[in-house]
Amino acid sequence: MDNIVFLIFRRMRAPLLALIVVYSVAMLGMVLIPGQDADGNVWHMDFFHAFYFVSFMASTIGFGEIPHAFNAAQRLWVSFSIFFTVVVWLYSIGTVLALLKDETFQRALAERRFARKIKHLGDPFYLVCGYGQTGEALVRSLTERNQHAVVVDILEDRVSLLQIENLREYVPGFCGDARLPAHLLEAGLNHPLCEGVVALTNSNEANLQIAITAKLLHPEIEVICRADSHDIEANMASFGTDHIIDPFDTFALHLATAIQAPCLSLLQDWLSLGHGNLLQEPVYPPSKGLWVVCGYGRFGKAIYDKLIREGFEVVVVEASPDATGIPATAFVMGRGTEAETLSQANIERAVGLVAGTDNDANNLSIIMTARGLNRDLFVILRQNRKENDPVIEAVGADMVMLPSQIIANQIRVLLGAPLQHQFVKLVLHQEDEWACELISRISALVNHHAPEVWEVAFTEEDSHAVCAHVRRGSKLTLADLMRDPRDRERKLPCIPLMLLRHNERTLLPDPGISVQKDDHLLFCGSYTGRDRMEWTLQNENALSYILTGEARPEGWVWRHLSKRGAR
Amino acid sequence: MNPEKVLFGFFIVLALTLNFGFFVGELDNPDHHHVYELFAVIVVNLIATVLKFGDRTQMGAVLLATSLVAMLQLFAAALVWTMAEHVTGSGMTPTATASVVSLSGGAMLANVISVVLLIIETVMLRR
Repeated sequence: MDNIVFLIFRRMRAPLLALIVVYSVAMLGMVLIPGQDADGNVWHMDFFHAFYFVSFMASTIGFGEIPHAFNAAQRLWVSFSIFFTVVVWLYSIGTVLALLKDETFQRALAERRFARKIKHLGDPFYLVCGYGQTGEALVRSLTERNQHAVVVDILEDRVSLLQIENLREYVPGFCGDARLPAHLLEAGLNHPLCEGVVALTNSNEANLQIAITAKLLHPEIEVICRADSHDIEANMASFGTDHIIDPFDTFALHLATAIQAPCLSLLQDWLSLGHGNLLQEPVYPPSKGLWVVCGYGRFGKAIYDKLIREGFEVVVVEASPDATGIPATAFVMGRGTEAETLSQANIERAVGLVAGTDNDANNLSIIMTARGLNRDLFVILRQNRKENDPVIEAVGADMVMLPSQIIANQIRVLLGAPLQHQFVKLVLHQEDEWACELISRISALVNHHAPEVWEVAFTEEDSHAVCAHVRRGSKLTLADLMRDPRDRERKLPCIPLMLLRHNERTLLPDPGISVQKDDHLLFCGSYTGRDRMEWTLQNENALSYILTGEARPEGWVWRHLSKRGAR
Repeated sequence: MNPEKVLFGFFIVLALTLNFGFFVGELDNPDHHHVYELFAVIVVNLIATVLKFGDRTQMGAVLLATSLVAMLQLFAAALVWTMAEHVTGSGMTPTATASVVSLSGGAMLANVISVVLLIIETVMLRR
């Protein structure tokens, strides 16, 4: 506010001074020059009429010569002053217009508007720094779950993208350098409803800076960072960054899981798909043989380490080993886009190929060339740019790694469904057979579409009816909850995945256990299942129908009558 | 020497001196108070006000406030004069003159405060 008034005042000083001086000179002239009225008497214009006359002369309105027709001397003076006053008016108006279009002024206005929006935010929100591919995917999925976000990006263009993007919730965007604490504060870091900060810029240093600023200025909130160097990750972890996400390590872990336990990785995939997506076919990476890894950058290294640990034979192809270093095992120098290099790397007898350079065209070329030499390769493709989706899809790799998608997915689960995140972590310790069985149970519930995953918290707010029931001392089992409130004989299409009670987690809890207050449950199933369960949780009549099989009289009169009838 | 400060001080002091010149004389005697002088007071005060725009300091804010008060008083005086002379047609009666002059007296008080503040600021600067 101050800024804008100050700016206007500062800029308007010169034009206003010019206006005052020119007006007073013109007025003084009109007063001093003697005129003649209709009868030839000498008269002097008074200040009031001079002001009146100059006012309409300067604004080029021109009502005429009043109160009496002017004489030659007066007209001479008017013809001089008319030019000065009009010019000064144009100058003043021009200054105001220039001010309105001025960048500093516009920026001051935009900042003020943004600050007001942030101040009036009424829902918990996440502060997303960096609106690149990852930020875009994350904000989209957050808003689809009715969560709120505020975006900071250093580029004006990306922030304006927010306005054309068709998001379900309103997302305020701010153009500024998130490395500067002042900008983070302006974007709402100190806001009591700020739940967390997500640093997704493409620079590790910037993410580090954001993380440490957030941890120092608002220690209670969650800080989630993207990083792709182990050095920076260790640094971030040292001051308590809550979650650090490395897309390359995440994918390498995913690959390792897929090799060891295909069902487990499929289960993870299915649960993190999100509403409305089609189910994927399971992938079965070869479990022994030779792998060719093209590109020994951050991604190549992460994959290489995992493959070596799994006991595979690995050949690395890298064009500039000076920059990336040389692996301990077999190594071929070259880009991998030529048949010769690939032959040197024994592609003919390989079972798997990783096209992991940081150039999409090269990666595609590697795959096409390699397929010419060996048709049965299991192909992993690193996709660098989201725009290349159509060609990437056409090449038909067995696994595609798109860093932005991986990070966005992981953060979405982290922020939107913390229980699901814990579940996925716990599941990693289970046997593959266990996962296979669960997969077949889930696929019986849903057809073609991803299963819905939802959390139920037995708190007053989230499940009023159940809490009231438990408070009265009555028992309620999980199996009861999973009945259809429209027909209690039918079961809702859902599976309880995990129970969290007093910080203790139980996988696949037994339907016979009775629920307690403050329990948290993770369910998966179809959308209708979720919808109907909500009904049971909040509506006492639906709950009592499920428990007793009778529809309870709802209104006061009917309740009274039914009591009398029972007597 | 800062030419901006010279101009600033000049207009503030000139506003006070002109105001004083208009104010002195018998309160209700129209011959002692000339309309040209009131015009000059208003113009100089306007300029002084605009010169004070855009100063972010506390002192600047108070200076601007005193100027705005002076302007309000002077506009009221000019309005009374115009009403008496042109609208009611009674001319400058002693009553009208007295109210015009006393209004300008109030403006003068505000201008005195302006000058005092200017002096205080100068003294505090000690350069």
